[in-house]
Amino acid sequence: MKKVYQNAAEALEGVLEDGMLIASGGFGLSGIPELLLAAIRDAGVKDLTFASNNAGVDDFGIGILLQTKQVKKMISSYVGENAEFMRQYLSGELELEFTPQGTLAERMRAGGAGIPGFYTKTGVGTVIAEGKDVKNWNGQDYILEEGIFADLSIVKAWKADETGNLIFRKTARNFNPPAATCGKVCIVEVEEIVPTGSLDPDHIHLPGIYVHRIIQGTHEKRIEQRTTRKREEA
Amino acid sequence: MWDRNQMAARAAQELEDGMYVNLGIGIPTLVANYVGDKDITLQSENGMLGMGPFPYEGDEDPDLINAGKQTITEMDRTAYFDSATSFAMIRGGKIAAAILGAMEVAENGDLANWMIPGKLVKGMGGAMDLVAGVGRVIVVMDHANKHGESKVLKECTLPLTGKGVVDRIITNMGVLDVVEGGLRIVECAEGVTEEELRAATDATLV
Repeated sequence: MKKVYQNAAEALEGVLEDGMLIASGGFGLSGIPELLLAAIRDAGVKDLTFASNNAGVDDFGIGILLQTKQVKKMISSYVGENAEFMRQYLSGELELEFTPQGTLAERMRAGGAGIPGFYTKTGVGTVIAEGKDVKNWNGQDYILEEGIFADLSIVKAWKADETGNLIFRKTARNFNPPAATCGKVCIVEVEEIVPTGSLDPDHIHLPGIYVHRIIQGTHEKRIEQRTTRKREEA
Repeated sequence: MWDRNQMAARAAQELEDGMYVNLGIGIPTLVANYVGDKDITLQSENGMLGMGPFPYEGDEDPDLINAGKQTITEMDRTAYFDSATSFAMIRGGKIAAAILGAMEVAENGDLANWMIPGKLVKGMGGAMDLVAGVGRVIVVMDHANKHGESKVLKECTLPLTGKGVVDRIITNMGVLDVVEGGLRIVECAEGVTEEELRAATDATLV
């Protein structure tokens, strides 16, 4: 079965629908599926819900879909870097479901693993727990959180082979593996597609069973906070 | 009174050889400068153990950032993993301690550090997971807010990050432990008397 597509627009053909739930990898601007996000903007689908840790910045990442008002709702843990997000949220145009970062990651992992709900102590006694089932084990309260079952997963990896086996690079891995597993369809963009057989099977981070479509492209990979030390300090 | 660096140095004394630790943004980040010879491994909750210092100019890598989205470096011991694995080790109690900032702490260990109603809400990020999951939660913050009011309270007024989660509070005025019935003074900062610390603290001291 052919998984390799020519570009992001081709890979998204027949997949996009208004009102769909999309799980996206990335943390801040690191490891975000920037080519697929740009192609989703160009496709013009609207009323989208994104499960994504962050919402990008005004002109990069999910931010570009906020500019075009294609996003109805965000499921995120931190949205601080995006002025347009805040404007739409405060004016009531955009829904926001704050989810603690680890709970969000586990909700994606659970969805991908066929687990509809799990109990966690994260958020017990806070606004996050409001309206959620509480159970007590060994004197400790836990709240029920639900798995995320997305219509589409969009993911950025470093390398893929032609069967979709993936390798990520450094902290750009972040939410990409759990996001990849929780969608009905998973599309991956990589920096390099290598011939099947050239990756060490012991070094695969995510096996190709989770991956349906792959594209290779050139990534801008923007840095959000450039922090350095001077060489003299060495 | 301690300054930021003295507070960070005092917080570093909480760390023991061999610990895996998560440091928050702000003063907690400075704690890394004061661990000395202790073998401490720093976790960054976006998926890394063994966080190194900032890179030299020109060596920044967009694929290598910390939880504050700052460019960093790796070390010989570094391991990378995904966000679900990262919070599994946090929630599972594998991280010995988290050192983090706060807006308010209450005498029962309640912590508020993510939201001020009516102000811009950015989100809790990983803070709720960290305080619920790690072995020990150490708060480092100024004793009073900018209006001079105690941030060490009988009860938090702001929305909570965690309920009954704080173990120790390190402020510019001293060190306090959360114990049965209130807070216990562990030590006073240089130049601060116990009377001054008591007078500046809203919480019940036992």
